[in-house]
Amino acid sequence: MIWADILPLIGVPLVVAGFALRLNPLLVVVGAGVATGLAVGIAPLDLLELIGEKFVGARSLALFILMLPVIGLLERYGLREQAAGWIARFRNASAGRILMLYFVFREIAAAIGLPSIGGQVSMVRPLLVPMLEGAATARLGTLPERSVERLRASAAAAENIGLFFGEDIFIAFGAVLLMDAFLRENGIDGIDPLGIGLWAIPSAIAALLIHGARISRLDAAIARDVAEVGGK
Amino acid sequence: MSALITFERLAGMIGLMIAVIALAILRDRSNPKRITTALFWGLIAYCLLFDQVTVDLWGKVAAHRIIGAAVVLVAVIAGLGGVGRGEAAPIDGRASAARLGGWLFVPSLSIPVVVIICSVGLKGVSLGGILLFDSSQVTLGAFGVAAIVALALACWITKGTPVEALRESRRLIDAVGWAAILPMMLAILGGVFAAAKTGDSIKLLTLMVAPEHQRLLIVALYCTGMAVFTMIMGNAFAAFPVMTAGLALPILVKEMGANPAPLVAIGMYAGYCGTLVTPMAANFNMVPAALLELKDRYGVIRAQIPTAVAMFFVNIVLMYFLAFL
Repeated sequence: MIWADILPLIGVPLVVAGFALRLNPLLVVVGAGVATGLAVGIAPLDLLELIGEKFVGARSLALFILMLPVIGLLERYGLREQAAGWIARFRNASAGRILMLYFVFREIAAAIGLPSIGGQVSMVRPLLVPMLEGAATARLGTLPERSVERLRASAAAAENIGLFFGEDIFIAFGAVLLMDAFLRENGIDGIDPLGIGLWAIPSAIAALLIHGARISRLDAAIARDVAEVGGK
Repeated sequence: MSALITFERLAGMIGLMIAVIALAILRDRSNPKRITTALFWGLIAYCLLFDQVTVDLWGKVAAHRIIGAAVVLVAVIAGLGGVGRGEAAPIDGRASAARLGGWLFVPSLSIPVVVIICSVGLKGVSLGGILLFDSSQVTLGAFGVAAIVALALACWITKGTPVEALRESRRLIDAVGWAAILPMMLAILGGVFAAAKTGDSIKLLTLMVAPEHQRLLIVALYCTGMAVFTMIMGNAFAAFPVMTAGLALPILVKEMGANPAPLVAIGMYAGYCGTLVTPMAANFNMVPAALLELKDRYGVIRAQIPTAVAMFFVNIVLMYFLAFL
């Protein structure tokens, strides 16, 4: 390898070091971008132009902000309390069982082309987490901070894993279309999106089993936290 | 054909919302860093609200330079710890929850329903020669409409006002803080990497460690490359073309006769295992941690690591067998 091959990689160690030193991620990421651009010889003004252009192209990632007014308003009027109270009425409900139900439902919904059911902003924060906390509190009393952290992180993880491993089965999803277009561009014909979607099923089932097995141990982990730190 | 609901207009709406929030932050005396925090959000609002105006005034090149400079300034403000948060009045929704009951669920549950109705039922529908949704961005448009319908429903059910809703979004924006912008910053880094041809260097590195063309070795290397490159870029879609064109197609398909369909399907999943463990996939890992007010910024990633590692090995095994049936 020669210098010209190594210089484009300069951003990678910068990002790793920046995150390891717990610097502010915005600064780390933009700093790594600026360093990489300058290292490969992009002129400073052209680099600013590139940064601006990519920002404009990435605005769809800010779309979740549109959801904040409605979620905020509903929270002010007791959505979280209502979700927690509603679930506490079911005597058999436990945090683990609710999360399992959500996870399985989430993965299947994504697999049949309904990825918009769910979402960290519209579902996990206002509904799922209060339900998990409500069910666990009804069983074990006030939860220690460690259990609250565990429940919330598990909820976000179930949302991500269900979505990721479900949606690649659905043939009209972006990833499947991307793979299909990529194969045709590279001169490989005779593969249709349906074929790609079908071959995603074994991994999707494995994810359902592996993460499902982990969720089935959630209740025991919460009970252990409460026993160690003391709940009630 | 022009369209009524375009992404440009939704982005403008987000920009307007953030501008109002920035003004509210400026007047919030409980926030010790109110001026720099307001500047941070004000710059973001400018970029979202006036990008087209700036282009019309000074042309594309100058406009992108101005926005680029604003983005760098935003990163510096955040890096110097300039983004603080105010004190929010504690919420006690028990009384109104008892009054409103199950109706409170209706607006949240309407969101997926409206998204599906708009993206499936109203796709390609036009009124008087104007398309309802911009045909290239129907899902984004549907999401925007769903947010507005849900807000209208929420105001109607709670008898709250849009102004009140904006005040509540400020509370949530305060809680999420700079993490809200991180996904866009990472997209910028991805763009710079693409311009610098970082992918080519990574491909070269990967090929250097694969001198021997042995099936399991190459399968494992492809999956590892997908996962690691995804961890660096924060996005499996960016890793996929580089690793597949560089390693999987020439060696596994052309040389060893692998079936491309299972190869790419499982290869993408190997990339997703990387997505689950990297802070660079901010919209999945960092924004939710902030949104759920976790003490541990990396709490979501920690919860995902065991599944990601197990699925990584499962994918290698599945690819080894299924791609060579």
